[in-house]
Amino acid sequence: MHMLSIKNLRAGIADKEILKGFNLEVKPGEVHAIMGPNGSGKSTLANVLAGRSDYSVTDGEVKFNGKDLLELSPEDRAREGLFLAFQYPVEIPGVSNINFLKTALAEIRQYRGLAPMEAKDFLKLIKEKQALVELQGTLANRSVNEGFSGGEKKRNEIFQMAVLEPTLSILDETDSGLDIDALRIVANGVNKLRSKDRSFVVITHYQRLLDYIVPDFVHVMFDGKIVKSGTKELALELEEKGYDWIRKEQGEKIEA
Amino acid sequence: MSTIAEKINTGEKLLPSLEKEQDLLSGSEAIRVIRRKGVDSFSKQGLPARKSEEYKYSPVSLLFKPELALRAPIQSPVLKTRDIDSYRIPQLDAYQITLVNGFFSPELSALQLEDGMISVSSLSTIPAPLVPLFTKHFGNYASIHADPFTALNTAVFADVLFISIPEKKLLDKPIQILNIIHADSPVLISPRILIHVGKGASVQIIENYIYTGKSSQVVSNALTEIVVEEGSRALFYKIQDHCTDLNLISTTQVLQKTGSHFDTHTVTLSGKWIRNNLNIVPDGEHCETHLNGLFILNGAQHTDNHTLVDHRKPNCESNQLYRGILDDKSTGVFNGKIYVRPDAQKTNAYQSSKNMLLSDEASMNTKPQLEIYADDVKCSHGSSTGQIDEDALFYLRARGLSIDSARALLMLAFARDVVNTIRIDALRTEVERLIEKRLTK
Repeated sequence: MHMLSIKNLRAGIADKEILKGFNLEVKPGEVHAIMGPNGSGKSTLANVLAGRSDYSVTDGEVKFNGKDLLELSPEDRAREGLFLAFQYPVEIPGVSNINFLKTALAEIRQYRGLAPMEAKDFLKLIKEKQALVELQGTLANRSVNEGFSGGEKKRNEIFQMAVLEPTLSILDETDSGLDIDALRIVANGVNKLRSKDRSFVVITHYQRLLDYIVPDFVHVMFDGKIVKSGTKELALELEEKGYDWIRKEQGEKIEA
Repeated sequence: MSTIAEKINTGEKLLPSLEKEQDLLSGSEAIRVIRRKGVDSFSKQGLPARKSEEYKYSPVSLLFKPELALRAPIQSPVLKTRDIDSYRIPQLDAYQITLVNGFFSPELSALQLEDGMISVSSLSTIPAPLVPLFTKHFGNYASIHADPFTALNTAVFADVLFISIPEKKLLDKPIQILNIIHADSPVLISPRILIHVGKGASVQIIENYIYTGKSSQVVSNALTEIVVEEGSRALFYKIQDHCTDLNLISTTQVLQKTGSHFDTHTVTLSGKWIRNNLNIVPDGEHCETHLNGLFILNGAQHTDNHTLVDHRKPNCESNQLYRGILDDKSTGVFNGKIYVRPDAQKTNAYQSSKNMLLSDEASMNTKPQLEIYADDVKCSHGSSTGQIDEDALFYLRARGLSIDSARALLMLAFARDVVNTIRIDALRTEVERLIEKRLTK
C-alpha cells in the first residue's frame, strides 16, 4: 500500500495555477527526490502538502495512509506523521525551541492516544537527537531560530524532525545555503532516520545533496507536474545536461 | 439634600458640602489645608470634558453618570483573612499589607516588624517621630492642578497608607499591598498611599488591585506618591488582576533624588475601565528609571496607560517598555510623554510600545510625545500595532501544535518581553501563570 498518493493535484495562489495535475506515489521506506528548475512548483507542492492556507487546491486528491490529507488541518497532518522541513524556517523570538517541541510532542501523542512522555524521557530524547544533528545544547534551548545562521536553521529543522519522528518527511530545499560540512551533517541526520517504515520526499535544486542522501527515485518537475522519473542516475544526467535539456524536451512536446 | 456625587457631576463647588460632612475633613490642620486645596482645585476643574486632550480616548462621563456615594463602609465586616489568602502570591514571602476601600487594615495585614524595620501606618497612627517626614512629603508631588483626579482624591481620600523605609535599610523581602475594593453599590473609593524610601535604602513593593464587589459602577480613584531618596532603589509592581467590573483610575507620582533607581511594572489583566497615570520626575543626576507595562484585554475592556518622565537634571536614563494584546472589542491607549528640560543634558530616554490586535474590532491608540529642550541627549521611541505573525503560526501548527496553543505560545512570547524584566522570581512565575491562564481559553 502507498503511504502517500497524489493524484492529478491542481493548486495555486490567488488566480495563478502552479500545480497542474501533479501525480506521485510513495511507499513506506522510499526516498523520492524531486528536482526541477526554479518556478516549477516544488515549494508549492511542499506547502500544499503541509496545509498552508495561502494556497488553494482546485482539483485532485492526496491520500496519506489512506486518509484524505487535504481535509486535515496543518496540525492534524503533523499528528498523522507528516513533517515539512521549511525552506525558510521562521524565527520566533520568545518561544523556546525545547518548550515548543515539548508541547508539539505532547499534542501529537495525545492525538495518537499515547500517554504523555515523562520529563526525563523527553530530556533524554532531546539529548540523543541533538547529538544526531550535532546541534549545540545552547541552540536547542534558545528561541526558535532566533539569530541562527542559515546552516543552524536547517540543522534545527532536522533536529525537530528527529524528535517528532514523522513517517513522511518533506525536505524543502534543505540543502540551499548550506556549506559542505552542514550539508554532510544534515544528510547524515536524515540517513540515520531512514527505515523501512519512514519515507522522505527530498525537494532540491541541485544534485549535490543526493550524493549524501541517496534516493530510490528521482523525479523531474517542470511547469507544475512531473515530466520525467527515474532512478538516481537521472539526477546525474540532470547535473550534466542542466535543466535546459528538460525545457527543450518539454518545448518540443508542446510544439508537437 | 444633593449628594456630593451630584456636585461632582455638575461641577458645583464641593467645599460647602464637604464641610458638613465632618468625617470627610478628618485629620490634622495640615491635612485639612491640603484637602481644602484639593476641593478648590477640583471644583475649578471639574471632570475632564470630552474635549480634554488628556482624556480624549478615555472619556470618563459614563463612569460618573450613576450617583456615586463618596464613601463605602469603613471596613467591610465580611472580609476575613481566609477570604484574601487567595490573592497572595504562591511561594512569595512578603510583608503583607491590606487596604480595604482605602483604609489600612492591620487585622488583615501580616507584618511582624522588628525595631528599625519599616514603618507602616495609617493617617491616625503615624508614629510621632515620623510626623515631620510625612508632613514634608505628603501631597507635595502629585499636582492637584495637573489632573482633576489628583485633585478629587486629595479632596475626598479617606485614609492614607504611609510606608517609610529608613535610611540604608535593605529590605530582606518584598512588601505586598492588597488594595482591595469591596462595595456592592455605586461608590467612589479614593485610596491614598505615600511611600518614602530613605537614602541608600532598597525596597520591592507589589501592589495588587482587587475588586470583590458585585456592582459594575464602582470607581476607584487611587493615588500613590513615592519618594525615592538619594542613592536608594525601589522596585514597584502594580498588578491589576482580580478586578473584573472595576473602574479604576490609578495615579502614581514618583520623585527620584540623585543616583536613585526606580523600576516599575504595570500589569493589567482584568478591569472594566482602567486609566493608569504614571508620572516620574528624576530630580537629581544619575537617576535610572524603568517603566514596563503589559496589558491583555478582551471583551469590552478599556485600558489607558499614560506615562510621563520629566527629566530635569543631567545624566539620567529612562527606559519605557510597553506591550499590549487586545482581543474582541477591547480598546487600549498608550500615551508616553518624555520631557527633557534645558538642564537635563546627557539624558538617555527610550520608549517602546508594541501592540497585538487579535480581532478586527479591537483598537489601540498610541501616542509618543517627546519634548526635548536640551541638545546633548539620546532619545528615541518606537511603536507598532499589528496582528499575530501568520508565518510563525503556520510553522508551529506544522509541528503539531493546535491553533489555540500556537496562538497562546506566540502571545506569551510577545508578553515575555515585559514579563522577563520582573525581578522577583515568585512574582514572575505567578504573572506568567496568570497570562498563560488568560491566553489559553
